[in-house]
Amino acid sequence: MMKKYDVAVIGGGVVGSAVARELSRFQLSICVLERELDVCNGTSGHNTGLLHSGILYKKGLMRTQCSMEGNAEFDQVAKELDVPFRRCGKLIVGFSEEERLRLEALLENGVRNGVEGLRMIDRDTLKAMEPNASGNFALYVPTAGILCPFTYTIALAENAAQNGVQYLFDHEVLDISRNPEGEFILKTSQKPVCARWVINCAGLYAYKISAMLGFAAYIPNRVKGQYEILDKKTGKFLSMPVYPTPNEVGEFDVHVTPTIDGNVLVGPTIENIQQNISYDVTQDMIKILSESGEKMFAYVKRDYFIRNYAGVFPTVTDPATGKDTDFVIEASKEIPHAVNLVGINSPGLTSALPIARRVVKLVLEQESLQENVNFNPVRKGITRFAEQSVQEQNRLIQSDPDYGEIFCRCECVTKAEIKQAVHNILGVRTVSGIKYRTRATMGRCQGGYCETRIAAILQDEADMRKEDILLNKNGAYLFTGKVK
Amino acid sequence: MAAAVALRNQGITDILIVEREKQLGGILRQCIHDGFGLKRFGQTLSGPEYSQRFIDEAEQMQIETLTNATVIDLSEEKIVTIATRDGLRQIQARAVILAMGCRERTRGALAIPGTRPSGIYNAGVAQSYINLFNTMVGREVIIMGSGDIGMIMARRMTLEGAKVKAVFEVLPYPSGLPRNIEQCLNDYGIPLYLRHSVVKIHGTERITGVTVVEVDERMQPIAGTEKEFSCDTLVLSVGLIPENELSIAAGVELDNRTKGAYVDEFCQTSVPGIFAAGNVLHVHDLVDFVSLEAEALANGAVRYLKEGTLPACDIELVASAQLGHIIPQHISGTQDFQLSMRVRKPMGRCRVIVKQGDTVLRRVTLPKAIPAEMIQFTVKADAIVSGERIEVSVNEI
Repeated sequence: MMKKYDVAVIGGGVVGSAVARELSRFQLSICVLERELDVCNGTSGHNTGLLHSGILYKKGLMRTQCSMEGNAEFDQVAKELDVPFRRCGKLIVGFSEEERLRLEALLENGVRNGVEGLRMIDRDTLKAMEPNASGNFALYVPTAGILCPFTYTIALAENAAQNGVQYLFDHEVLDISRNPEGEFILKTSQKPVCARWVINCAGLYAYKISAMLGFAAYIPNRVKGQYEILDKKTGKFLSMPVYPTPNEVGEFDVHVTPTIDGNVLVGPTIENIQQNISYDVTQDMIKILSESGEKMFAYVKRDYFIRNYAGVFPTVTDPATGKDTDFVIEASKEIPHAVNLVGINSPGLTSALPIARRVVKLVLEQESLQENVNFNPVRKGITRFAEQSVQEQNRLIQSDPDYGEIFCRCECVTKAEIKQAVHNILGVRTVSGIKYRTRATMGRCQGGYCETRIAAILQDEADMRKEDILLNKNGAYLFTGKVK
Repeated sequence: MAAAVALRNQGITDILIVEREKQLGGILRQCIHDGFGLKRFGQTLSGPEYSQRFIDEAEQMQIETLTNATVIDLSEEKIVTIATRDGLRQIQARAVILAMGCRERTRGALAIPGTRPSGIYNAGVAQSYINLFNTMVGREVIIMGSGDIGMIMARRMTLEGAKVKAVFEVLPYPSGLPRNIEQCLNDYGIPLYLRHSVVKIHGTERITGVTVVEVDERMQPIAGTEKEFSCDTLVLSVGLIPENELSIAAGVELDNRTKGAYVDEFCQTSVPGIFAAGNVLHVHDLVDFVSLEAEALANGAVRYLKEGTLPACDIELVASAQLGHIIPQHISGTQDFQLSMRVRKPMGRCRVIVKQGDTVLRRVTLPKAIPAEMIQFTVKADAIVSGERIEVSVNEI
């Protein structure tokens, strides 16, 4: 008997998880079909972690509307979902008169969009605000902020799961058809799933799902960005993101962004990779990151590198216009019970909940829904030992002695946190899953101390065999078995 | 443990050893190979055997130990904050001996390009899985870096049935000890390629291979020499970094060359009463030297505890360009002191000269010198002529 849902959300990124969460406000049976083994494994997990202000894009664009809305509400969202967040502001710095003109134009655009508090600052003010930033002047954007994309996506997904949404990992959607009743039959890499509604939140693969559903055949025109992550030792030297002036087409060169956890991100570089998806980091881009990054922030030094990564933006070209699209949030009478989201690139993280509400609106246009009176918007994350006062740390240990055992030395993560992560509500059992839920292995020793402990606890707590422990994907096994 | 036992031998009774692991012994617990103890005990021991000697001594002397306890903070005032299952403990120490050892340099720190699959292990982590957790990490192995742990793991994994295909070293000479090249690589037919670097990692799930390239004198890749090697495991043995996060928290000044503390002849750091010895101070090649350094440290620590201060150490020591670093970096001039150093590049017959102004304080001739082997010798106090800085240099002869 095929499992039947009211709604299948395809994709467990930040948008899919936000959509699932917003739909769980109604009496619906919902599943999220995710091809990977955890949420946040695509674009959502490989970006800058910035809460955009809405300054960058033209007034009236969907991405401008959504990011403005998402920015304005984020303090409340962060509180509800227990997501660490800091509205630190952002600096876009310039050196030449030409850059000053471009920044002034950007300021005007921001004012037109309704971004509050924007102002040009001179060199002295810049140095007073951010002593280690380069630049002769800057555009200050006070409403921008920083958050951890993993924590946020996981929080949305966990909140959705709390409210009844079922996450089906390792479910890649291969084909979509309709049964005689008009319901969708989704052929997946596992068992097929039946759903009355399909919401396409497939990110990098949304163009494929779009075509399967009968929407336009958007053409992927992906953009890749590479990053370096700096040691937390550098975090205290940077309080807010520092960007160079964008070029004529509005692209930013390498910038530096503090993370909510105290590291600094350098990047991204920009490469157009069209149809491809590749997450490899390359020698030439590392060189660019080092050189351009140091121009922005003097602490971009190889001594401080702890890890690198690449992300891919799911930019698509509209076949009708031949141009890259705005955020596409569409439904069609000809394709009932389907909502199509494509081209959700930047600022998708900021826009996730506003996009989700627009999806709900499109669903309501075709079907009236009963409110889920049991919906609880509040989700509590794992209490982080490292972030507590000494008194609170003591109280935590008294309530659970596992809080007294430090598993990850660099990030000061305890056994209690790792155990809570192993027993996460989504049922994720990968080493990366634990990493993204606790920060264990994210420090300067990159798991040298704690990874053996995490592997042991997966065997103890989740009853896994050594051979079944995975880094992040099927096939990404860590061990071949026991020693002789 | 060596410092604690030596302190107890000199009459200090109120000692606490704090250890984050379940047992004492540090990294030696996973070093089940032999070769330890020749200098310190005159016989070859395995790592656990070597550390057991100190554990037994510490137990006999009833030195208090706290295991499964992690120091999460150390202040300049020497307040030690320890996380244990019984709660946080804060201890006001009169003196602190830093003996945290070192950690391994990672793939991320080297910024090795490529994808991020599973199957990439630091040598010490692989060693821990295999020797402490009975867990095998792979079957077809490439080793990057010719550090000692990497070579020891080449042998260990071969004995466990893995195929270790090659060791690649970017430098024109090996990083590890000659005896390990002989006993761990040559004896098992594992090739060592010098002037070769891993420049790309392949695979989206488990690692499937690496691209290796030859490098020139300036360590730049030579175009056209790229070769691909398949593997399911990449082991990195690319250097050790003293683990000084607590030292930094306490305001201890670090030497950018050793990545350890600036110390005087008493092994005292820039914070009075905080001492450092072993791999947390500078990376050693033999554990014997680690123990000996810690034992020597006890003299200064005891004196500090009894007198409340140690003589001013205003005579600076500087190393010439051919030497990577020297320990200590400054001395009092009131007593004989031991110098530790490494050459930056292999040298044939050479002479180390310790000079103050034009006066030679000590001259040591060596048949050869390699970066993998630390050079140590003593300089006599009565040779010192002034408060001027002392220069240490080495030249081939």
